[in-house]
Amino acid sequence: MPKYTGRRLGQPFSAIRSLCAIFFGLIPALAWADFAVNLPQPASGLAQDIFDLHSLILWICLAILIVVFVPMLIALIRHRKSVGHQAAKFHDNLGVEIAWTIVPVLILIGMAWPATRLVASMKDTSKSDLTIKVTGHQWKWEYEYLGEDIRFMSNSSTPKVQIDGEQSKGEHYLLEVDRPLVVPAGQKVRLVLTASDVIHAWWVPAFGVKQDAIPGFIRDAWFKVDQVGTYRGQCAELCGVGHGFMPVVVDVVSPEQFATWKQEQKTLVAAAAANVGKTYEMAELKALGEKVYAANCVACHQPTGMGVPGAFPALNGSAIVSGEKAGHIDIVLNGKAATAMAAFGKQLSDLDLAAVITYERNSWNNTTGDLVQPADIAARRR
Amino acid sequence: MNTSTVSNAAAVHDHAHDHAPTGVMRWLTSTNHKDIGTLYLWFSLFMFFFAGALAMLIRAELFQPGLQLFQPTVFNQLTTMHGLIMIFGAIMPSLVGFANWQVPLMIGAPDMAFPRLNNWSFWLLPAAGVLLISTFFVPGGAIAGGWTMYPPLFMQGGIAYDMSILAVHILGVSSIMGAINIIVTILNMRAPGMTLMKMPMFVWTWLITAFLLVAVMPVLACAITMLLTDRNFGTHFFDASGGGDPVMFQHVFWFFGHPEVYIMILPAFGIVSTIIPTFARKPLFGYVSMVYAVASIAFLSFIVWAHHMFTTGMPLGGQLFFMYTTMLIAIPTGIKVFNWVATLWRGSISFETPMLFSLAFVFLFTIGGFSGLVLALVPVDIQLQDTYYVVAHFHYVLFSGSAMAIMGGVYYWLPKWTGHMYDEKLGKVHFWLTAIAFNITFFPMHFLGLAGMPRRIPDYALQFAEFNMIASLGGFLLGASQLLFLYVVIKCVRGGIAAGNQPWDGADTLEWTQTSPPPYHSFVTPPLVK
Ligand code: HEC
Ligand code: HEM
Ligand SMILES: [Cu+2]
Ligand SMILES: [Cu+2]
Repeated sequence: MPKYTGRRLGQPFSAIRSLCAIFFGLIPALAWADFAVNLPQPASGLAQDIFDLHSLILWICLAILIVVFVPMLIALIRHRKSVGHQAAKFHDNLGVEIAWTIVPVLILIGMAWPATRLVASMKDTSKSDLTIKVTGHQWKWEYEYLGEDIRFMSNSSTPKVQIDGEQSKGEHYLLEVDRPLVVPAGQKVRLVLTASDVIHAWWVPAFGVKQDAIPGFIRDAWFKVDQVGTYRGQCAELCGVGHGFMPVVVDVVSPEQFATWKQEQKTLVAAAAANVGKTYEMAELKALGEKVYAANCVACHQPTGMGVPGAFPALNGSAIVSGEKAGHIDIVLNGKAATAMAAFGKQLSDLDLAAVITYERNSWNNTTGDLVQPADIAARRR
Repeated sequence: MNTSTVSNAAAVHDHAHDHAPTGVMRWLTSTNHKDIGTLYLWFSLFMFFFAGALAMLIRAELFQPGLQLFQPTVFNQLTTMHGLIMIFGAIMPSLVGFANWQVPLMIGAPDMAFPRLNNWSFWLLPAAGVLLISTFFVPGGAIAGGWTMYPPLFMQGGIAYDMSILAVHILGVSSIMGAINIIVTILNMRAPGMTLMKMPMFVWTWLITAFLLVAVMPVLACAITMLLTDRNFGTHFFDASGGGDPVMFQHVFWFFGHPEVYIMILPAFGIVSTIIPTFARKPLFGYVSMVYAVASIAFLSFIVWAHHMFTTGMPLGGQLFFMYTTMLIAIPTGIKVFNWVATLWRGSISFETPMLFSLAFVFLFTIGGFSGLVLALVPVDIQLQDTYYVVAHFHYVLFSGSAMAIMGGVYYWLPKWTGHMYDEKLGKVHFWLTAIAFNITFFPMHFLGLAGMPRRIPDYALQFAEFNMIASLGGFLLGASQLLFLYVVIKCVRGGIAAGNQPWDGADTLEWTQTSPPPYHSFVTPPLVK
């Protein structure tokens, strides 16, 4: 992983440092650790191969650049009018022209060969040890361990106050999530990808994996990482307002730790099942609802509940939000076809839904005083 | 068309206004290729500054991590409209402006083949431009899904999306009509003796470009019409839940989109191929191979489109096919670069502003070509697709490629168009500022992309901060430098040292046989080309 040393904008001295960067120009600035100029340190075999292929091509291009532009430079220096150079008259030379058609063909074949082999191995998702279904939602990732009954959402966990500059930015600003994907080291992990709303792309640079997640279609990709650690990436396909805030974080752990982690997840699921039918207090629901709102709704409906005129309606004072509970629950559960309002019934648990709806009905200027319980949600699910 | 029988070119100048209206009506009703060329060029310059201003706002937001100036909704509108307007409003119309001015002059024709169509092609543009820009003020704001307009994201927007589809339709109609006009003019109106293989390189590149336009603009029209019906009339072309396929849109779009990038670069090749021999005082090396290279680039551009879609998960065979065809394009492109260098070799070179722009073009476009080759390799592209590396790549081919060739062309022909020499000293200052600021802005973007910064994001992780700040500062300088360009152009239009018929001693195309500025109706009697 790239190392984040030193530089925090928004902290004292950063402005001074930046000014220095401008003042002294690029060269001394390169000495500072953060000026990464190449692909990140590869963590998988594929990424390593890509890294090597890229280096190879870069050197070839550099060689061609020199071969072509040194003569040009010589001409620009020696064959100038101002030094009295007389123009020659030639305008053709079949031999040269054939040569500079054939030689590039050979060079290209030399490049295509390793690339072809690498594409083939990237495409080979067979014989995997573990398959995880990845679903892109606006703007979070859902991970489902096939055959394991483990399924969860992974939301960005960078606080809004950091984004707005009201608090200094943390080390992993915009590249941190509430629940990372967890995979075992040394095993071939196959991802099957899809999306629920628009196209997203799941990308971890250190793995050499970037794959579009396309609604209505299934694509796959694979990686195998030996080094235990935390790896970070981002959604790479423009997917709307929250596109820049849709990180991917993968924890690669030892197979033993992975087994323990799986056990924990199952216990959690069981615990949640035990809570079914439980009723909650207003304060509990509102507190949880605020979190759910911040993670799922705020990008469109805004922290103020005022929405964005013309695009996303205000929830503050909305007729639906201050009207019957059932109507409110329905739109959040089922979304509204052909608009950006997704069906959250598929993404959130009954408890989360109950909480966020209770929160909306009792926030800003909305004062219905209504309490929506998980059981109310379950009753309206179809 | 003009029915004047006056044959003395210089005398025509006064007589030609006999029937022509003056003032605003002259421009609104003009059917004269020179007037219309001028209109195209001013229109595109305005759009260049408008879209450039949007770029300044983008770079201002990206100056530091965090959201300072714009919410993501607005930021996405800025990037989308910047790209859309630069492509359809700035680069394409300016190249058509060049064609209008130069094609008749270079082939010894009195005007374009269809002067009224020409008027209509131009006047559609401001209508489309106003429609497009006005979307910033409708509820929900302008389109924000990227200039590529991918569904399903494109389904999620307000009225601006439908308005923009209409605007792009109008732009497309204008382009198709302009292209037909250019094709017919070139094929039918060349001076006696000018065979196809004696045409100036600029005319050749435009002939081929015009065929590309006629072939692909209708494809774009289909793609966006399907978007329109999906949005408004309940069709499901691109909606998987109704049996459609969102990736299908990308295929159709890029079947237009890749030839489109050659539409923007081939006439630029033509401009550079005109300027370099002039200032090297030596004929263009390998004219015939240049023509074949342009033609094969145009042909290949139809079979490489899916290189923009390597991450959509095509089958292995598809990925390999598009990788190989894309790599093939490097060959004719390489030939062009080699020919330019060979033209310079043993010339008698001088460095006027147009030449400086052309030399920078050759070098910087080649860098863009190399990054294109890097992106052609599927495994590497999978790392770099949709990152700032791609942003760097296409600005090297579009800005230091098309836009800088256009600026070079403006300096080259301004003396002919206006009759005045431009301010050489300021022109050179403009060149150096542009070339340096361009590289400060865009070279670091290669590093950002390699390090993993996605494109089209309003905010980024801290490890990208330094290069973004450098790129922003470079960007501001680059933007400001273009004001100097505006100044030099206006100054030249308004006056200056008389240019004479032939200010460049190395130039040998037909326009230089005319006065500067040329008479309102030039080549009323066709010249004889030997
Ligand atoms: C991608 C943007 C987006 C997100 C995220 C989003 N909504 Fe919406 N929401 C919309 C849009 C657009 C509408 C209007 C739909 C229509 O045209 O009726 C809407 C409508 C609503 C309405 C009805 C309001 C009214 O007066 O019409 C409610 C209630 C609502 N959303 C709740 C939520 C909740 C709760 C969440 C989070 C769990 C959420 N929304 C997340 C876009 C969004
Ligand atoms: C002042 C000079 C310019 C600057 C500073 C600039 C800057 C930028 C930046 C930063 C982006 C990326 C935005 C993002 O992905 O978040 C961008 C996108 C783009 N630029 Fe420029 N640009 C300039 C000139 C041009 C020119 C001359 C063209 C010519 C056609 C152009 C065409 C595009 C296109 C097509 C996009 C892609 C838009 C999209 O993602 O949909 N730009 N520009
Ligand atoms: Cu995204
Ligand atoms: Cu392409």
